Amino acid sequence: MNLIYLDNNATTKVDDKVIKVMMPYFGEKYGNASSMYEFARSASDAIKAAREQMKYFYNAENEKEIIFTSCGSESANLAIRGMLNMNKNKRHIITTKVEHPCVLNLYKQLEKEGYKADYIGVNSNGELNLEELDEKVNSDTALVSVMYANNETGVIFPIKKIVEIVKAKNPETKVFSDGVQAAGKINIDVQDLGVDAMGVSGHKFHAPKGVGALYVNSKTLITPLIIGGHQERGKRAGTENVPYIAGMGLAAEMAKDALKYESTEVKRLRDKLESGIIKRIYNARVNAGINNRVPNTTNIGFEYIEGELILLHLSDIGICASSGSACTSGSLEPSHVLRALNVPFTSIHGSIRFSLSRFTKEKEIDYVIEKLPPIIEKLCAISPYQDELNALKKLKGF
Amino acid sequence: MWDYSEKVIDHYRNPRNVGKIDDADAVGLAGSLSCGDQLKIYLKIKDNVVIDAKFQTFGCGSAVASSSMLTEMIIGKTLDEVRKITNKDIVDALGGLPPEKMHCSVMGYEALEDALKSYHADGYVSLDEINSNKSADKVICKCFDVTENQIWDAIKTNGLKTVEEVTNYTKAGGACGHCKEAIKDIIDTYYQKVAKEENAPLSAAQKILKIGKIIDTQIAAELQKDGGDITLQDIDGNKVYVKLRGKCSGCKNSMMTLKGFVENTLRNAVDKDIEVIEV
Repeated sequence: MNLIYLDNNATTKVDDKVIKVMMPYFGEKYGNASSMYEFARSASDAIKAAREQMKYFYNAENEKEIIFTSCGSESANLAIRGMLNMNKNKRHIITTKVEHPCVLNLYKQLEKEGYKADYIGVNSNGELNLEELDEKVNSDTALVSVMYANNETGVIFPIKKIVEIVKAKNPETKVFSDGVQAAGKINIDVQDLGVDAMGVSGHKFHAPKGVGALYVNSKTLITPLIIGGHQERGKRAGTENVPYIAGMGLAAEMAKDALKYESTEVKRLRDKLESGIIKRIYNARVNAGINNRVPNTTNIGFEYIEGELILLHLSDIGICASSGSACTSGSLEPSHVLRALNVPFTSIHGSIRFSLSRFTKEKEIDYVIEKLPPIIEKLCAISPYQDELNALKKLKGF
Repeated sequence: MWDYSEKVIDHYRNPRNVGKIDDADAVGLAGSLSCGDQLKIYLKIKDNVVIDAKFQTFGCGSAVASSSMLTEMIIGKTLDEVRKITNKDIVDALGGLPPEKMHCSVMGYEALEDALKSYHADGYVSLDEINSNKSADKVICKCFDVTENQIWDAIKTNGLKTVEEVTNYTKAGGACGHCKEAIKDIIDTYYQKVAKEENAPLSAAQKILKIGKIIDTQIAAELQKDGGDITLQDIDGNKVYVKLRGKCSGCKNSMMTLKGFVENTLRNAVDKDIEVIEV
């Protein structure tokens, strides 16, 4: 059975070239980048090169604005706590209702620590309510965190405009953007966006798990989360993870150079998958199917059937995807993102996310379009909502 | 990734008895669309025997597997046998469920209970009547519409001790969490009631039954592990007359076994003045 991996928003395959560039730093060039002897130079050179590559990836002004971390969650925690610690007088923070848990749960924790938090909502297309944001920013607002692209729907938030709105109301308010789901899918240009900080995670763009990079504008001060040595200019202690940093550097450069392919070919395959499913399956509906999405993501709700059951049947034929259903998470509630979009109960539990990558092949998309309809038909036959399904079938003209 | 047993996988891949019975004698419903799972069960009953059962389920792999297994378990059984089935029996038949998925088995049990409630020997009852049966019970978890009786039953059947366990079995408290205090109160009340019942003085008949049950279920099982056995002969007040068989009989250790084990077990569980006598 062939594996068809359509869950690239969860994690990605490490590019072979990336593995190759990492290998020497395990067994041969294993020196500590901080050491003084010549042997360690290749390690410090590797980090230096990767920092340049990340600077290129972010279009940062200089390489000192890059801090290597262990993941996207650490990047977000370091940026948010780091900036708040430098500005303790202000006690109001803002984010969105559809953030990744690494921001959302950190905000809940900050509320417990005495911060007042506002959570901005989205419309049914997944677009952020910018008027609400504008209203909430005030003189006490220390920080606004808005993700660049949403992990479940792929919807892109207008970060440049958001920065303008926030800074117009309060020039001192800092803006962090979680760029994890934008990385490798759309161009990131921190200078154009005007953000104070942005984080990414290597394993979302074909680098390995366990390495991330945080951009912090040189005018923005942060305190470290991990206290220790002088690494990362005192912003993140701990011996540098040389092979992984080197791997992410190359992966970032390759991802940036493949953006054209993402926005044309990957998008074409995504659109083919989406329209192929909608055409063949009467109880399928696209959640947040707007144009302003990252090119690799589609989120489709299958009405009156449940997502985990769909995933289990897909898994049986080698197809990997993910679901916003309550049952897949171990929590009892469906995705907070889809709930914020007001996706109806008839389809929220049956929502499936397919996320492609530059490794996705057309024949894989064709296979899914061929194999999915009979699975959905089988599961519809188990559903207690036969009358509703029949009515829907008639309505859609199937 | 869930750790599903082979049986669960088999049942969600190839669910048995899917569908509807148009002339069903009883129909049961549990769960709802908004909660993310719903089960409808249809029974055909003849001469107090379930001769056919079918189900329709909106839910995850373990919900479909629980429903499918339940129909297999009840077909061919008498109503008295079917009434004794609990969610625990469904879990056992499936070879276990992940803790977070226990509520799927409870949904099966509730749908079955609902169906039996709707059944009158004279025929089919409408769903409206089934739904009206529910009104007497107090809703504890508003997010998932879980009632006090449902929580009580889950605690009793499965020996649940914590709010988290109740959430795993019934979903109650799994969303906004406002009812967690109320769930804690129900757990406390249940165990206070159990403690009270255990401490109440036993009538002579209750005492005899209890001693007999402990000998059959606990003591005999222990002795059988060593190749021995025990049967109860008579009870006179606190004197318990037993007969030892097999390897225990005549064994040098038998007196020690009697005194040390049988007597202590009965003293701890029933009455501290019990004396065990071999006949």
